[in-house]
Amino acid sequence: MDIKEIIKPENLVYKKTGLMTDNPLSYCPGCGHGTAHRLLMEVVDELGIVEDTIGVAPVGCSVLAYDFMNVDMQGAAHGRAPAVATGIKRCWPDKYVFTYQGDGDLAAIGTAETIHACNRGENITIIFINNGIYGMTGGQMAPTTLPGMRTTTSPYGREVEMMGNPLKITELIAQLPGVHYVTRHAVHTPRAVRKTKKAIFKAFEVQKEKKGLSFIEIVSNCNSGWKMEPVASNIWMEDNMFPFYELGDIKIDGQLVTK
Amino acid sequence: MKELRLMKGNEAIAEGAIRAGADAYFGYPITPQSEVMEYLMMEKPHERTGMVILQAESEVASINMLYGAAGTGKRVMTSSSSPGISLMQEGISYMAGAELPCVLVNVVRGGPGLGTIQPSQSDYFQTTKGGGHGDYRLLTLAPAYVQEMYDFAALGFELAFKYRTPVMIQADGLIGQMMEKVEIGDQAARFTEFDQSWATTGKKGRERNIITSLDLDPARQEQHNIHLQAKYADIVKAEVRFEEIQTEDAEYLFVAYGSSARISQKAMQLARAKGIKVGLFRPITLWPFPTEQIDAISKRVKGILTVEQSAGQMIEDVKLASQCRVQVEHFGRMGGMVPSPEEVLEALEQKLIGG
Ligand SMILES: Cc1ncc(C[n+]2csc(CCOP(=O)(O)OP(=O)(O)O)c2C)c(N)n1
Ligand code: SF4
Ligand SMILES: [Mg+2]
Repeated sequence: MDIKEIIKPENLVYKKTGLMTDNPLSYCPGCGHGTAHRLLMEVVDELGIVEDTIGVAPVGCSVLAYDFMNVDMQGAAHGRAPAVATGIKRCWPDKYVFTYQGDGDLAAIGTAETIHACNRGENITIIFINNGIYGMTGGQMAPTTLPGMRTTTSPYGREVEMMGNPLKITELIAQLPGVHYVTRHAVHTPRAVRKTKKAIFKAFEVQKEKKGLSFIEIVSNCNSGWKMEPVASNIWMEDNMFPFYELGDIKIDGQLVTK
Repeated sequence: MKELRLMKGNEAIAEGAIRAGADAYFGYPITPQSEVMEYLMMEKPHERTGMVILQAESEVASINMLYGAAGTGKRVMTSSSSPGISLMQEGISYMAGAELPCVLVNVVRGGPGLGTIQPSQSDYFQTTKGGGHGDYRLLTLAPAYVQEMYDFAALGFELAFKYRTPVMIQADGLIGQMMEKVEIGDQAARFTEFDQSWATTGKKGRERNIITSLDLDPARQEQHNIHLQAKYADIVKAEVRFEEIQTEDAEYLFVAYGSSARISQKAMQLARAKGIKVGLFRPITLWPFPTEQIDAISKRVKGILTVEQSAGQMIEDVKLASQCRVQVEHFGRMGGMVPSPEEVLEALEQKLIGG
């Protein structure tokens, strides 16, 4: 078979969603951000809700998310995306509103906005990319950095006595009554990608039915910040991040999942 | 017949916002302006007009809720007092950078720090010289009457949308708390008739809209700054507002805004009763400052006394405007102390006439 025979409509197994722009991604090769972007846009595309979707980008590596996501978007100040999304959603209760935030953005500087938007049960979707580090600013310690993990501001490893414990904000917000759906996933394997996409679908369904806030944590790699090659970073993530940040559903239909 | 009501300044601005067709208010309680949100909650504007009211978890949250809502083309307002306005500065800078219209209200109290809950005017620098980062300006209206608290809500929205920029209504604790007669206007339509083609309302029949203050390309960011400066230059040309009282024959001039203007007006009457010809110049816009007008008057008078409830902040703009042509002195009280007309007159006599 030559290439012409292969490129036929009936052989099409995958197509880039039109809701990703053609701008080259600014992410490091191997980084999970790009995959997470694509899944989110695929879901918006497949649900046919692009005309009614407004996204909020954070400050972090995904600060330019609006360069890649082909939907109406606002760029929030560092950590304030849940407040920005609240302002949008309160004025347009029938639109779909999502935030896309890193761990420094959501769980350090923006903790108050995160907790309160969740507690009010804002009818929005939060996509939370936890890579255990401040990728954008060059790999400093994040609230989610694991004990012993080296970053530029914990060069000898995170010393819990001095620097505090990593924050499992996802478990914390799952306790809040306004939060309807909480789940933790990854995007480093095809299987993980499929599960994450399903979760994003569900989150937008929850929003459509006005049931409250849905929160999807994606544990992801920062191969540059972790100073590893992409494949090695994914293995390290499986060995170190997943035992601490356990994948799976944490809250479904407003009920905590008992394990 | 016109509807007249006896209202507090804080209530008047809340009613003014509802009547101006505001879409949303986000705020956090702080004395001496908590009546704004209290009044709004009592009035249930969500039932009256559909206006959204939300008590945020902090001023940081309220200004960012404002950002989000303003980015969708809505008429949005917040109010606070000095410490809360300090917390909002990052968000105000973002809104100026992203060119988002909104009305901000600062019912100023004494500082620095937690300071006092009593009236003050010591946030003049913060508001007019850019309390947040970057080269931006805040169009600032300074009400001196409860009626103006009411009127400036609508005016604030009009200017905010005309220039797509945040507008500050800078009152002080006295104007916020005192009660006066207010003439209430008709209810304006809530839906904004302004052009919303730039707003994020969902990508329908057009390319996507993006609201941001970020551009990492220095050449483009400079162009954006040049564009902002051109807009500010237009505002300086078109939006200076002021009031002059008995300045025609004045030998001395008080320059004062807000409650200090009311006190200075009384001091002016006391002075005139003693045969001292004093006039009053009241800046209504603190930025753009009425520079040309003060420049012109400074050619006719023997001296200028600025009266502010601060250590002397606006005096710098008055000195710049009058180009050191005449003696310019400051009289002020601080920490929540309100000057009396007698004190103001005494200051005039000591600092300018006797001096
Ligand atoms: C008020 C403020 N403080 C600090 C910064 C600098 N800053 C930019 S991104 C960032 C950390 C982002 O980390 P994270 O949210 O984990 O996103 P990642 O880059 O890892 O995806 C920091 C501290 C800023 N932009 N604004
Ligand atoms: S620095 Fe880390 S998070 Fe940022 S793009 Fe690179 S790998 Fe991804
Ligand atoms: Mg991170």
